Amino acid sequence: MRLSQQARKRTPVHELSLCNGLLRQVEQVADAHHAVEVTGIVLAVGPLSGAEPSLLSRAFHLARIGTIAENAELEIEHAPAIVRCDTCGVETEAAANALSCGRCGTWKVTLKAGNELMLKRVDLVPAEQPIVAAAS
Amino acid sequence: MCEHCGCAATPNVVHVSDAKGTVSAKAADAVSVELLTGILDENDHAAAHNREHFARHGVLAVNVMSSPGSGKTSLLEATIDTIGEKHRMAVIEGDLETENDAKRIRAKGVPAVQITTGSACHLDAHMVHDALHALDLDNVDILFIENVGNLVCPASFDLGQHANVTLLAVTEGDDKPAKYPVMFRASDLVLLSKADLLDVLDDFSPDRATDCVRALANPAEIVPVSARRSETLAPWIAWLEARLAACRDDEALRPRTAQSPAGLVAAE
Repeated sequence: MRLSQQARKRTPVHELSLCNGLLRQVEQVADAHHAVEVTGIVLAVGPLSGAEPSLLSRAFHLARIGTIAENAELEIEHAPAIVRCDTCGVETEAAANALSCGRCGTWKVTLKAGNELMLKRVDLVPAEQPIVAAAS
Repeated sequence: MCEHCGCAATPNVVHVSDAKGTVSAKAADAVSVELLTGILDENDHAAAHNREHFARHGVLAVNVMSSPGSGKTSLLEATIDTIGEKHRMAVIEGDLETENDAKRIRAKGVPAVQITTGSACHLDAHMVHDALHALDLDNVDILFIENVGNLVCPASFDLGQHANVTLLAVTEGDDKPAKYPVMFRASDLVLLSKADLLDVLDDFSPDRATDCVRALANPAEIVPVSARRSETLAPWIAWLEARLAACRDDEALRPRTAQSPAGLVAAE
């Protein structure tokens, strides 16, 4: 058996498929709040998330066309990688490919932050309230 | 609707957690909704659904990743030759084009489903879900998902697998884990493939490769193997059988990076 067409339709390149997934979530949030427009989206992206912020921004400009977020600004907060040492307990900032403890140097650490790929905030314009005729 | 369990998960319609979030700020004409949702939630839901399929059928699912040409298919062929009589295996193959790899697996008498992704650089959980429906999981002990040859994107998409195995061929640089940290941080086992060439490729140092993996805070075993030398496969087979036994004992096996879902650690 060979599966191809569905896979092709669904997933273009990596960051674009992430943006499509993001926009589906944004549309659900907008629907839940009866919004008419989304004006802003805030993401947090860590260096170990596997997503590249600059590519995400470029893909977003294509992906948003025809959606409720067509005019939305995308803001990406860069989150640093932070590890907590299993030995000395200290939390230090680390590079994506050098996660050892910044104090004692052991590699036995736990990642506390840096792999996030999160939708943090959606700014939207709600539908206008129905106008209630004033009692005379 | 999913034919196997009757849930509503289809390629384009998946369950969604509460989409409401918290309305935290109101201006005259705009509302800000604060959320803390991973943007891969849709994929992760489908992955959890795949994992339920595997659990129901007692199948161990292993995601096999590497650069193109590191010997994933050859390793699977050699694995089938070694333990094909003992365990029932199946393979999902991911490539941009061709059914060549699935044909190689089928030639060994093992069922294989080829997913051709076109331009897509990775498999996602929905593609794997579709492929599962073409397999009889009741007759499978170990399912290998041979991902698209790529050290970047496949690391970001949970497929519902129990473990990630990454091949690093000794014909590549031994610093590959430092160059592709997301992939090698997610590896539960690193196989140094084509290890029969180590004698002639003296610029590849297994120790340096190990140091690079440890610098990613990853304790994964690093095992030299050669698909051409069946005697080198013993540690890989032992690792596989240990996980199959754990899977059968209903241990909740997860790839190491899926144990704390991406995004949640930084939610506070």
